[in-house]
Amino acid sequence: MAHTNYRVTEKGYYGDFGGAYIPEMLYPNIEELRNNYLNIIAQPDFQAEFQSLLKDYVGRPSPLYLAKRLSEKYGATIFLKREDLNHTGAHKINNTVGQILLAEKLGKKRIIAETGAGQHGVATATVCALKGLECIIYMGEVDIERQAPNVARMKMMGATVIPATSGSKTLKDATNEAMRDWINNPVDTHYIIGSVVGPHPYPEMVSRFQSIISEETKKQLVEHTGSPSPDYVLACVGGGSNAMGMFYHFLDDEHVRLIAAEAAGLGVNSGHSAATSVLGKEGVLHGSRTILMQTEDGQVIEPYSISAGLDYPGIGPQHAHLHKTKRVEYVSITDAEAMDASLLLSQLEGIIPAIESAHALAQLEKMTFKGDEIVVICLSGRGDKDLNTFMKYFNL
Amino acid sequence: MNRLKQLFDKKDKDILSVYFTAGYPTLDATLKIAEELQNAGADFLEIGFPYSDPLADGPVIQKSSEVAIENGMTLKVLFEQLKSLREKIHIPVLLMGYANPMIQYGVKEFCKKAAEVGVDGVIVPDLPMYEYEELYKNDFIDNGLSNVFLVTPQTSEERIRKIDGLSHGFIYLLSSSSTTGKALNVSDEIGIYYQRVKDMKLNNPLIIGFGISDQKSFERANQYANGAIVGSAFVKTLADKDDYLAHIPAFVKGIKG
Ligand SMILES: Cc1ncc(COP(=O)(O)O)c(C=O)c1O
Repeated sequence: MAHTNYRVTEKGYYGDFGGAYIPEMLYPNIEELRNNYLNIIAQPDFQAEFQSLLKDYVGRPSPLYLAKRLSEKYGATIFLKREDLNHTGAHKINNTVGQILLAEKLGKKRIIAETGAGQHGVATATVCALKGLECIIYMGEVDIERQAPNVARMKMMGATVIPATSGSKTLKDATNEAMRDWINNPVDTHYIIGSVVGPHPYPEMVSRFQSIISEETKKQLVEHTGSPSPDYVLACVGGGSNAMGMFYHFLDDEHVRLIAAEAAGLGVNSGHSAATSVLGKEGVLHGSRTILMQTEDGQVIEPYSISAGLDYPGIGPQHAHLHKTKRVEYVSITDAEAMDASLLLSQLEGIIPAIESAHALAQLEKMTFKGDEIVVICLSGRGDKDLNTFMKYFNL
Repeated sequence: MNRLKQLFDKKDKDILSVYFTAGYPTLDATLKIAEELQNAGADFLEIGFPYSDPLADGPVIQKSSEVAIENGMTLKVLFEQLKSLREKIHIPVLLMGYANPMIQYGVKEFCKKAAEVGVDGVIVPDLPMYEYEELYKNDFIDNGLSNVFLVTPQTSEERIRKIDGLSHGFIYLLSSSSTTGKALNVSDEIGIYYQRVKDMKLNNPLIIGFGISDQKSFERANQYANGAIVGSAFVKTLADKDDYLAHIPAFVKGIKG
């Protein structure tokens, strides 16, 4: 039954995408990880601690909530997978809990990470505090300003936040700086990448840690509806980790239509957009061959979105493959559409979503449903971090 | 015969290579700097083609790439400039850069163009062995281009042997696992690593790079290898000077002694 062609090959490719385009300086680190992560994850003591932390620390399983008023509005049965209720407020923590245990098993003493919106930085600072490990977070200077509360959180938990001042001073550059740090500290440091991007095995490892989202969803759907298969599954895509986690156990169930919402910013063709699958071409960034926003000469183009978590110029290589094989439909949502959807969910359901997640919600406006179709949307995070943006935008 | 091979046949010690970024400090500086370096006594050259996200590079080379891109340097422009490369330059020339611009240009076309203008080899730090072997090897070989791989203190003996087997030209021995422009690591450990690689008696000559900035570090590298590469230290001397060309002879002399 399983269509294994959506999964990674031994060399780290999804169809034409993936691989490990890294300088030799990183080869031993990546090799160490590649050779060990599957074994380590499979060990009973790893699993015992991982599951226990997910349950008692993160607060899993996250509810699958039947959003009645939202359902009424759109004429469908709409469930929200409540990753916003996780400790630290987003899905990012699922992955950082997994990776910190892995880093510990590998004997690493120092943790580095990149962050855009700050959610991944906070999640990493959190698990480092939990384990008493040194934590260094690279964050673009521009994002440090946009996401001040998250910067304060990271500092409060003992992390060092280093501004990325090169290039466009956002997520892409924070990622470059984290990789440079790793190159310069190859032995004692583990790099916790926050999305399904980077060289093999990161995309596959991160999607594995996030796959808890769809695993739980299937069970919860059976309880709610008697069937594990919905008609639609929706999620937003920056690098694509919440979407991969949300899609993971549905990939081989071809009846389930999978939709990924990208940030179109001020409009796909406005020059201020992060709609990678539309604007991008095949290329190499941060260690993998994927789809990438770039100039004709192969220089990476800086993306834009009102949500700092979606303005990444690429998508994970598995997404590139799912796009090319048309298994997943990629759609573009503007800032304005996402902001409207944020307000709508707040007022219909009393849930203020992260602006990132609101991109997935906004897609509902563009769909028409037949009677009792079942829709699951990944609510990847809560909107607390975005309050400043909401206040300005809605004049609150 | 490849100019690199000729060079190493003729000279097996104290070889000096200098890296600089094409299109920096000005768009039309590329060939003038190359000629000046050759006249000053550099044995071969590495011309960098800029990339927006050069993750193996430290601040100096990053900055030079940023400026070069702003100046309008692209691979198309570079190959146009290099059409007249061999009118004045007779020492070996390598291109150095990252995979993405090369892939966007088209690797086959890139190799063809490079060979056409008289480039002898290519260094692409983020194009590792497996990707090279599987996807691009024939394009390089068909055009007689050397692909130069990096080796770090962490690279295993088995992998070094494999790299040696795939290399034509030389092996780029990193002074430490680091981005470009870090001060040279002079610990005993590094000496042991250089010696270990030297004792492997590889087919290819060894050139040490990253962190070579003066005569002392150049001499130390030459105790273990056939030569060394200076990058950031040279690029730094080009910054903010109107008469940057005039400084080149003294710079090279300062390294070679
Ligand atoms: C709430 C939330 N959702 C989504 C994302 C985007 O990440 P990904 O595309 O990897 O799920 C972020 C990133 O910061 C986020 O904070």
